[in-house]
Amino acid sequence: MIYEISPTAITIFLFFVLTVLGLSFYFARKTKSASGYYAAGGQIHWAVNGIAFAGDYLSAASFLGICGMIAFFGYDGFLYSIGYLAGWVVALFLVAEPMKRLGKYTFADALDSKFDSRGIKLTAAISTLVVSIFYLIPQMVGAGAIVTTLLGLPHYVGVLMVGSVVILIVATAGMTSTTYVQFIKGGLLIVFSSILVFLVLNKGLDKSPSDEYHKFITLDATVTDGKVMAVSDAEYKILGQQNDKDLVFVKLEKNGVFSWWKISSRDGSPVLEEALSVVTMKDGIKLYNGEPKASKKFYQVGHINKIIVDGKEVERTGPVGPFEYIKNIESSEITRFTKKAFVHEGEKVTLYYQNITSGEDIMKPGLYYKLDKGSNFWSRLDFISLMLALFLGTSALPHILIRYYTVPSQRAARKSTIVAIVVIGFFYILTLYMGTGAMINGCLDVENSNMSAPLLAKTFGITLFSIISAIAFATILGTVSGLIVAASGAVAHDLMDKYMKVKMTEHGKVTAGRFAAVGVGIIAIILGIIFEKQNVNFLVGLAFAIAASANLPAILMLLFWKKTTSKGISWGIIVGMVASLVIILFSPTLYEIYGLPPDQAWIPLQNPGIISIPLGFITLVIVSLMTKKKTV
Amino acid sequence: MLHEPAVELGKDHSIPQKTKLGIIMFLVYLIIYAGFVFIGTIYPKALGAKVIGAQNLAFIYGMGLILLAAVMGLVYNYFCTKFENKWNKGA
Repeated sequence: MIYEISPTAITIFLFFVLTVLGLSFYFARKTKSASGYYAAGGQIHWAVNGIAFAGDYLSAASFLGICGMIAFFGYDGFLYSIGYLAGWVVALFLVAEPMKRLGKYTFADALDSKFDSRGIKLTAAISTLVVSIFYLIPQMVGAGAIVTTLLGLPHYVGVLMVGSVVILIVATAGMTSTTYVQFIKGGLLIVFSSILVFLVLNKGLDKSPSDEYHKFITLDATVTDGKVMAVSDAEYKILGQQNDKDLVFVKLEKNGVFSWWKISSRDGSPVLEEALSVVTMKDGIKLYNGEPKASKKFYQVGHINKIIVDGKEVERTGPVGPFEYIKNIESSEITRFTKKAFVHEGEKVTLYYQNITSGEDIMKPGLYYKLDKGSNFWSRLDFISLMLALFLGTSALPHILIRYYTVPSQRAARKSTIVAIVVIGFFYILTLYMGTGAMINGCLDVENSNMSAPLLAKTFGITLFSIISAIAFATILGTVSGLIVAASGAVAHDLMDKYMKVKMTEHGKVTAGRFAAVGVGIIAIILGIIFEKQNVNFLVGLAFAIAASANLPAILMLLFWKKTTSKGISWGIIVGMVASLVIILFSPTLYEIYGLPPDQAWIPLQNPGIISIPLGFITLVIVSLMTKKKTV
Repeated sequence: MLHEPAVELGKDHSIPQKTKLGIIMFLVYLIIYAGFVFIGTIYPKALGAKVIGAQNLAFIYGMGLILLAAVMGLVYNYFCTKFENKWNKGA
C-alpha cells in the first residue's frame, strides 16, 4: 500500500537518470587532463560553483535524513539543519580562500603545500578515503530507499543501481560533469522543495489527513492485578500480554488475524490503543499487522490528535503562513509512533505504538537527544558532541574542499561559498516545514524515516512525488559522484602519484583515477547494503565527526599556527581519525547493527566528536612541539 | 616539490586584512552558536519559552542562526571585496 509502482513515476525517474548520464558523457569528451578530471580545469563560474556546492552538500542526509528525523523526532532533526549550515561559516571565514591558495586537486595537496611530506600525503589520503566512504554509506542507503519506494524493487537493487550509474559517471567524466549535475540538481531541489512547502502551508493543519487514513480503534479493557482480563468488543480474543518496563502490550485476535495493542488510560479507566506490528514468526515468516506484506494492511501513519488555534480546539486550520503554522503546531497535540522491540513466546515483535506528544515538546530539542526529561550526563554530552561535529565537520569534508579548486580565483571561491550558504540556508529552513508536514499528514512509513519527504510529496499527487523522488535520486547520484571523485583523487593522485611516485602520463593519471573510482564505488555499494535500516542523517553525522577530528585540526593549525610541523599534521590526522572510528565502532548504534543490546555498548556516546576532535588538536600540537627543530 | 594551484592566481596583498576579518566574524558566530548549545544543554526548558510573536526560543534561535550565517557571509564579502580593491590596486 505504501509503495506502489507507477508508470508516471518510472518515466520521470528514467528521464532524470538518462539526462544525468547524457550530461556526463557529453562532458566526458572534454576531460583529457588530470586538471580537467579532478578540478574541472579550475574554470567554473562562482555562481555555478555555489549552486553546485549546494548540490554536493544537500545530499541524501539533508533531503531524506533531516526531513525524516524531523518527521519522527521533531526539532531534534532540525538541529542538524542548524549545525550543517553553521559549518559553512567556518568554511567561509577560515578555510575557503586559503584552501584555494594552497591546493591543486586534493585536500592533501593543500596540507602538504608547505612541507612536501610523504607522511602527510599518506595520512591525508587515507583520511580522505575513510571520510568519503563513511559519507558514501548514507547516500547508498538513501538510494536504496528511493528505489524501493519508486520502483518497488528491493533495497539492494537501489544501492546497486546508484553505485553502477555513479561509477559510470565518474569513471567517464570527473569533476566537470559532477559540477554541472550538481548545479542542475541543486537548483531543482530548491524549486520543488519550495513547491512542497507551499502546498503544506496551503493545506494547513487537519485532524483527518486524508479520506483513506486509517481510523485507529480504542477498546475499553478490564484489568485485574495488572493483567487484561476482557475487552469491550467480544469479537476480540486475548492471546497474550507483554510487560516492558512501564509499558504493557496486549496481543488480541479477531477473525483469525492477530494484532498488538498498548494499554493506556482514559479518564482514569484502562483502554487498549491499536499499534502497528511487524512480527517474525518462529518459522521465519514476517507478518505486518498480523498479515503477509502483500495484503497491504501495513498503513502509513502520522496525525494531529488535537489542534488548538487561539485557545480553541478546531478540526482544521485551512491555509496558514509559515509563522502561524509553527505556532499552531506548538499549541497542538500530535500522535507520533514510537518503536518498541521484544521477543514474545519465541516471536520477534516490533511495535510502533501511538505516542501522543505535545507540540511544545516537538518544537524544541529533546525527543531524540535527551536534554530535559530522561536526560543524563551522556545524553547531554552526545548533544554537545553532535553540535560540535556538525559545526566543524563541513569545512573538513574532502568532497567539499575539492570544489574550491574548480573556480579560477580566491574571490570566486569566497563568492561561491556565500551563494552556497544562502541557497543551503534557505533549503534548511524548508526542512522544518517538510518534516513537520510529513509528521501530521498521514504519510509516514514507520519502518523507514528516510522516505518521509518523498511520501509527503505523494500526498499531493503522483507527479510531484515522482519529480521529488527523481530529484532525490539525482541528489544522491551527484553527491556520490563528488565523493567518488574525492576518494579516487586520494588514491590515484595522493597515494599513487605523490606518495608512491608511480610514473604516469596525464592520461595515465586520469585512468588511475577512474579505476580508483570503480574500487571505491564497489566498497560503497557493499556498505550501503549492510547499513540499510539506519537513518541517513545520523550516518552523515558520523562522517562529519571523522572529518572534523582528522582533517580540521590539520587545516586550521596549518593556516593559523606557525609552529605546526609535518609530523604534527600526520599524527593529528591519525589520532583524530582512529579515535573517532573506535568510538563509533563501540557506540550503541553499531551494537544494534552487530545484533547486541545497545545499552551494553562500551562507549555510551553516539557521536564521537567531543572526544576525538580535541584529541586531534592536542596530538597535533604536542607532536609539532616535539618535532619542531627536526622538520622546520 | 611544492604543489601549485590548478590555475595561476594573481598576488593578493589584502590577505592579512581578510584573514583578520574572517577570524573576528568566525568568533562572533561561534559565540552565538555556542550560546544555543549551552542553553540546550544547561537550560533546555528555556528553549521552549515563548519569546517573539508566540514563537519559542528554539525556533527563533535556530532560524536566527541560519539567517545570521547568510547575512554575515554577505557582510564579509562586502568588506573583503573592498580590501581587495584597495590593496591590490595596480598590483
